[in-house]
Amino acid sequence: MSAKGADSNPYDAIVVGGGHNGLTAAAYLARSGRKVLVLERRHLVGGAAVTEELYPGFKYSVCSYVVSLLRPWIIRDLNLSRHGLRIVPLECSYTPQLDNPGLCRWPDPDQNRQEIRRLSPRDADNYPEFGKLMGKLARFAKPFIDELAPDPTSLRPRDLWQFKRAADRFRALGDDLVALQLKLTTMGGVDFLREFFESDQLIAPMSCSGIIGTMLGVNSPGTAYVLLHHYMGEIDGSSRAWGFPIGGTGAVSDAIAASALEFGAEIRCNAPIANIRLKNGRATGVILENGDEIAARSVVSGCDPSLTFLRFVGKENLPADFAASLENYKNRGSSGKVNLALDRFPEFVQRPGIGPHVRGDVAIAPSTEYLETAYDEAKYGAFSQRPFINVVFPSLLDPGMAPPGKHVMSCFVQYAPYDLASGPESWPDHREAFGDAVVDTLAEYMPTLKEDILHRQVLSPWDIEQEIGITEGNIFHGELGLEQLLFQRPVAGWARYRTPIDGLWLASSGAHPGGGIMASPGALAAKEMLRAGAV
Amino acid sequence: MPRKTALFERTADLMTSVAWKEWAGYAAPCNFDAHSEREYFAIRHSAGLLDLSPLAKYMVTGADAARYLARIWTRDITRLKPGRVAYGCMCDGDGKLLDDGTVACLDPETFRVTSSEAWLGWFERHSRGYQVEIEDCTDRLAALALQGPLSREILQVVTEVDLDAMRFFGVAAGSIAGVNGWISRTGYTGDLGYEIWIACEDALTVYDALLVAGKPHYLEPIGLDALDVARIEAGFVMQGVDYISAQHCLIEARKSTPEDAGLGWTVNLERVGWIGREALVQEQEQGPKWGLVGLELDWAEIEALHEEYGLPPHLSPLACRNAVPVYSEGGATEKPVGQATSSSWSPTLKRYLVLAQVHRKYADLGTRLSVEYTVEFERRTITGTVVERPFFDPERKTFTPKAAPKGASR
Ligand SMILES: Cc1cc2nc3c(=O)[nH]c(=O)nc-3n(C[C@H](O)[C@H](O)[C@H](O)COP(=O)(O)OP(=O)(O)OC[C@H]3O[C@@H](n4cnc5c(N)ncnc54)[C@H](O)[C@@H]3O)c2cc1C
Repeated sequence: MSAKGADSNPYDAIVVGGGHNGLTAAAYLARSGRKVLVLERRHLVGGAAVTEELYPGFKYSVCSYVVSLLRPWIIRDLNLSRHGLRIVPLECSYTPQLDNPGLCRWPDPDQNRQEIRRLSPRDADNYPEFGKLMGKLARFAKPFIDELAPDPTSLRPRDLWQFKRAADRFRALGDDLVALQLKLTTMGGVDFLREFFESDQLIAPMSCSGIIGTMLGVNSPGTAYVLLHHYMGEIDGSSRAWGFPIGGTGAVSDAIAASALEFGAEIRCNAPIANIRLKNGRATGVILENGDEIAARSVVSGCDPSLTFLRFVGKENLPADFAASLENYKNRGSSGKVNLALDRFPEFVQRPGIGPHVRGDVAIAPSTEYLETAYDEAKYGAFSQRPFINVVFPSLLDPGMAPPGKHVMSCFVQYAPYDLASGPESWPDHREAFGDAVVDTLAEYMPTLKEDILHRQVLSPWDIEQEIGITEGNIFHGELGLEQLLFQRPVAGWARYRTPIDGLWLASSGAHPGGGIMASPGALAAKEMLRAGAV
Repeated sequence: MPRKTALFERTADLMTSVAWKEWAGYAAPCNFDAHSEREYFAIRHSAGLLDLSPLAKYMVTGADAARYLARIWTRDITRLKPGRVAYGCMCDGDGKLLDDGTVACLDPETFRVTSSEAWLGWFERHSRGYQVEIEDCTDRLAALALQGPLSREILQVVTEVDLDAMRFFGVAAGSIAGVNGWISRTGYTGDLGYEIWIACEDALTVYDALLVAGKPHYLEPIGLDALDVARIEAGFVMQGVDYISAQHCLIEARKSTPEDAGLGWTVNLERVGWIGREALVQEQEQGPKWGLVGLELDWAEIEALHEEYGLPPHLSPLACRNAVPVYSEGGATEKPVGQATSSSWSPTLKRYLVLAQVHRKYADLGTRLSVEYTVEFERRTITGTVVERPFFDPERKTFTPKAAPKGASR
């Protein structure tokens, strides 16, 4: 039911978009007694964190498929465990090769050393050292993801203190680490890794975390920094660990939604908004696509910055410099997703069996040259014929994802550039060819794969834009490049969830600290709104 | 040298680590892999299979069996119906805890008793004048625990016992993988789960059949490390860890009454004629001294404390059984008000859980206490708040698909 124009008992806040961040913001606001309404365009909440049964009995984590950055303090604040959130750790990172058993990286350091020794005893010895260095650097950066972005222009004591603390921590790293940190921000991932390792079979999969969600190659400058971002994840204090949520990533969204409902928030699905309603430059509510208007004291956007400002608000209502910065904001979706329902497990020919090696993620990244070639194709507006693929078999970690003995396979694929040479809207004509390229690539390692497929879902960045609503299908609501992080996310000067429109707040992955199933943008935005007395 | 259970051959074969420990004189797996993580998650998401055979087991039979057990046990076994199991404990004449365990009523004159350690001597000493036979069947009877949300589905594959109709703390005889045995809906994980009781010579047959039935559901053989984390989440006390059997205490102060150890609910002081009652009535009059509480440690404080030393907090996948002092809030310079006896990070709840025995006046829900916590060899404290126990209590634990809506009694 909508209250058309009825401002008698308006909402304290309307959250636009029921992605996991929008839901988190709603839960925190409702927890503080605010009257909150979430409006979601689709028939279910979750956004890029949804589980859907597209083929009977088989559940796909449609977009995102593993979690690492989900903040433990949010899990506790929102009682997510009680609302059914369960995360099981991935047991291995496996990089298969066509002509040898490939490489398994295990959580256990000794097991790992034994494995890497086969490639290079030197690398085996350097590996823990590297992990320790990255861990230290990540620890330096980590407080930033649990707090407001620092504001370099402010002289307020809180900001100065935050900077002083950061500076202290930075100094405490010691000269060597500071030098390393500087290298990180300028170097390409592969070059950076070559300072530590000699085996290309090891460097290739390690360099992949530097390119995820970007339109950059493993050799592009700046990708070393994104590697670090991935060392910040944690599960139960063991950093860098990835986990799989029981029930798929949709279960994360469902738990947050259940928490929000329990705190008294209202959630409405099938309720796309057309515009954010403005009055004298202030957000006063929303206008739904069906024409209904709903009033609220403030509006919180759980959608990406481009969608929020350029579509819901409109360029003409924004300050010119802000609008200009947004137009330069890099979305450039570069990844796609292929989900498969399988009749049986498609074993790897070089490491057969259903052992712990497949109870984690599998990276198709046989060499750095392979990865660079994949990028070359994308630069000229084509999807990679032999792409980087990150595979997880959710049914091996959660038996509930497929009927007994059957499996689901989640394949994250890069590169699939949004901007095809023939234009993004031509993706529907290329979608199945892209799906074929992915399956062909995988079948080289898993010879029975093609016969085992019962159902296939292919998502290009264009499909992600159409279905989930994310501009250009960028998985992180904008690249995690250095120039789009911290106090510059989404736009320099507007990193604290406020926007140039009074009463409008940004709480999505497009806000600090960025993309991934992390829930911090939503939580930090709500806390800032409450602190500022805006709701 | 520890003895081998009937399943040793198979568990040794499945184990890729060499991680055994001694349990009541038997060799028992700690974990099957280099770590126990997968086993822990199996308990909470699919099912885990544990060899429970070292548990002390007795058959108590005869016309007076129920009356006799009602005398040595805190629960009124004369009211236990066939097909039901009662959890309870056993006290000495001073009302001090000796052990805890279960009594299953198999028919009006046949009971199976389990306990953490062996009590044949004690049992026989108190059986004079009763028409009762007591057999220590620990070596003859093997026991398996199948625990986890999918345990019902898996077990139903190999048995005709209607598990959908079996209530929490029910027990039934039947054929399991073609051999005769008993199934009870009991366990030590606080989850949906069953325990299976069969002759040792049949143990391998049943174990293997369960492994096969469980394969598509990711059943995992589990060891004691994973079990320990699960039992702390379930808030269960452990004899020898959270309380010490009076039998082993050299000083009075170490002994506990059921009330002290959180087992007061198994005691009915109105009922007469059982060992320990008189002393416990007196305790009741004076008001119990201690209480067992579940504490949750403040995670932000743990992080901040490590930060002082430039360290990330380290979370062990193992439960900790090193007892540490508990102080009143901010009272670390004073005398402790209790001790924390078991603790573990809960991977399911994302909370740091502690079981502690504290002075009664600190046992109320919401009370804040200071728990000793060591970082870099320095003893510090972390705030722990008294919270509800069990920490983890899923509906499936007690839910019975075919039961009458009447609540299950323990
Ligand atoms: C293919 C893919 C794979 C990924 N893999 C991982 C991974 O494995 N691990 C990880 O941590 N992260 C991953 N990510 C990133 C992560 O999923 C996202 O960063 C995160 O889920 C975004 O959450 P959000 O709440 O900020 O926004 P979104 O999830 O994008 O939510 C926005 C919501 O707004 C709704 N909406 C849009 N328009 C309207 C409208 N007009 N009116 C109302 N509602 C509207 C949308 O339907 C959507 O529900 C992946 C992303 C993608 C796309």
